[in-house]
Amino acid sequence: MLKQTEGSRAVAEAVAMCRPQVICAYPITPQTHIVEALSAMVKTGDLEAEFLNVESEFAAMSVAIGASAAGARAYTATASQGLLFMSEAVYNAAGLGLPIVMTVANRAIGAPINIWNDHSDSMSQRDAGWLQLFAETNQEALDLHIQAFRIAEELSIPVMVCMDGFLLTHASERVDIPDPGQVDAFLPRYDPRQVLDPDDPVSIGAMVGPEAFTEVRYLAYERMRQSLGVIEAAAAGFAEQFGRDSGGLVRPYRTEDAEIIVVALGSVLGTVKDTVDELRAGGRKIGVLGITTFRPFPADAVREALGGARHVVVLERALAPGSGGIVTSDVRTALVGRSTHISTVIAGLGGRAVTRKSLCALLQAEDLQPLTFLDLDTGLVDRELARMRTARRSGPSPENMLRDLGITASGIG
Amino acid sequence: MFQVRFHGRGGQGVVTAAELLASAAFSEGRHAQAFPSFGSERMGAPVMSFCRIDDKPIRTHEPVTEPDALIIQDATLLHQADLFAGLGREGYMLINSARGFGELGLGDFVTDFHRDRLLVVPASSLALTHLGRPLPGAALLGGFAALTWAVSLDAVLAAISEKFAGPVAEGNARAARAAFAFVRDEREALTDA
Repeated sequence: MLKQTEGSRAVAEAVAMCRPQVICAYPITPQTHIVEALSAMVKTGDLEAEFLNVESEFAAMSVAIGASAAGARAYTATASQGLLFMSEAVYNAAGLGLPIVMTVANRAIGAPINIWNDHSDSMSQRDAGWLQLFAETNQEALDLHIQAFRIAEELSIPVMVCMDGFLLTHASERVDIPDPGQVDAFLPRYDPRQVLDPDDPVSIGAMVGPEAFTEVRYLAYERMRQSLGVIEAAAAGFAEQFGRDSGGLVRPYRTEDAEIIVVALGSVLGTVKDTVDELRAGGRKIGVLGITTFRPFPADAVREALGGARHVVVLERALAPGSGGIVTSDVRTALVGRSTHISTVIAGLGGRAVTRKSLCALLQAEDLQPLTFLDLDTGLVDRELARMRTARRSGPSPENMLRDLGITASGIG
Repeated sequence: MFQVRFHGRGGQGVVTAAELLASAAFSEGRHAQAFPSFGSERMGAPVMSFCRIDDKPIRTHEPVTEPDALIIQDATLLHQADLFAGLGREGYMLINSARGFGELGLGDFVTDFHRDRLLVVPASSLALTHLGRPLPGAALLGGFAALTWAVSLDAVLAAISEKFAGPVAEGNARAARAAFAFVRDEREALTDA
């Protein structure tokens, strides 16, 4: 059924249709609306599940681990510092092979504290052993959650569905909410590979020493590799059941004869597509490759999709200080042996709007540097560097820079 | 694509108004997108929200920087430097105020635009009368329908009845109708003049 609704609400409805048995939540912006909506559904009886208000994100993931190990379909959601706080348990969920599904409403990480969107939070957990799927639209966010439960449970690997905080979670858009019967037909009952059952006791989470730790880790690598096929099959099955394309590994747009291809993840893809249409109208041979599955990284699919491009521009909403682009490293590995010119563009950090105007100017430039910060206010940076040079006790830089701008509270855009 | 930017203060329903407009457009079979520009969420702090309406799917997720229309929910924001940023000469603007443009200090500003596209409507007063609370969102959308015809009054009323229930829905609907009539009459007066 077509509906105009907030992204968080759409995701909550999708999660509810997946019939999770345990939902644990600790509120953090911009994820809160999702679990609020789910808690309301549990309270009214529309959703039959245990809803646990926990005392922290660490507890949220720990409860999800316990529930999943006991054979329940478990769900939670978080963002930003919340994801960092649960990080130890995030690794454990993957190491234990528990198919938890978690929404990450992508948000920057402090300090300085910032509630707005970028991808720093989920990128920080990219090596935790979870699958990471990135939604481009609210429709895809909704669809990916339905696919996530199927993929996670088939593989016994947890899945993180990443959706841009505010830009998607708080945006009201048109979405097609599926019929619960369709979801039931697509998503089989959870049949755990391992379960804590008093009648058939097992140990889960035993210590493993040097004699087998490498092999256990190798198994995780191997199963991640296998998951690529499962993700593709889930997307194909989804298209068959629901009649629309969602999910999968990568999503090319106007790349066939493209000399320049922009690689990006998440909601910025919409703005990039509009930019590509504008530049194509001006004769520039440019396309976009959306990466839906970031973990495991679909290197073969990326290499194939980037085909004959002479220049690949990786647009990143996170930064690895001391290194540069995070996604770029994976793209570079996928293209090893080719002479493709690769540039990194860091954009949209902490809620900075990524505009078509800036993208157009950037993508028309012929001399793109290896690393560019989109719309960087270099004067602001230079003045703070000067202050640091001239005074030992130059004080806290973020506050200095805000004072320099003449504002004490941040605006967006 | 028709792009609208709302300016108001936290607690005035700025975000809800943008969502209602998106729902109204959706009910007419169009594509719409509404989203807030959250700052620190405090009562009384300046807040912006955005709405886009189009006949095809809307892909962009950037803030509205070149609005076709502005809806100003709180006239005390009028002299913020960037309130009118990006509004073109063909643009529309609806301000919630019981005072005229001259009194608001905008007498010269409005001469640069189509005079019948910039109007003032006493939305808070209408809301107080019909809803019992000075929440101007629904009334402004009723006025907006009469000003721009980007959505119909019926669509605005449908969005109100979907979002609210009981006396709140009825009060908001009455305020929207009253503002629609007010703006329609003002426009006719300007056209005749």
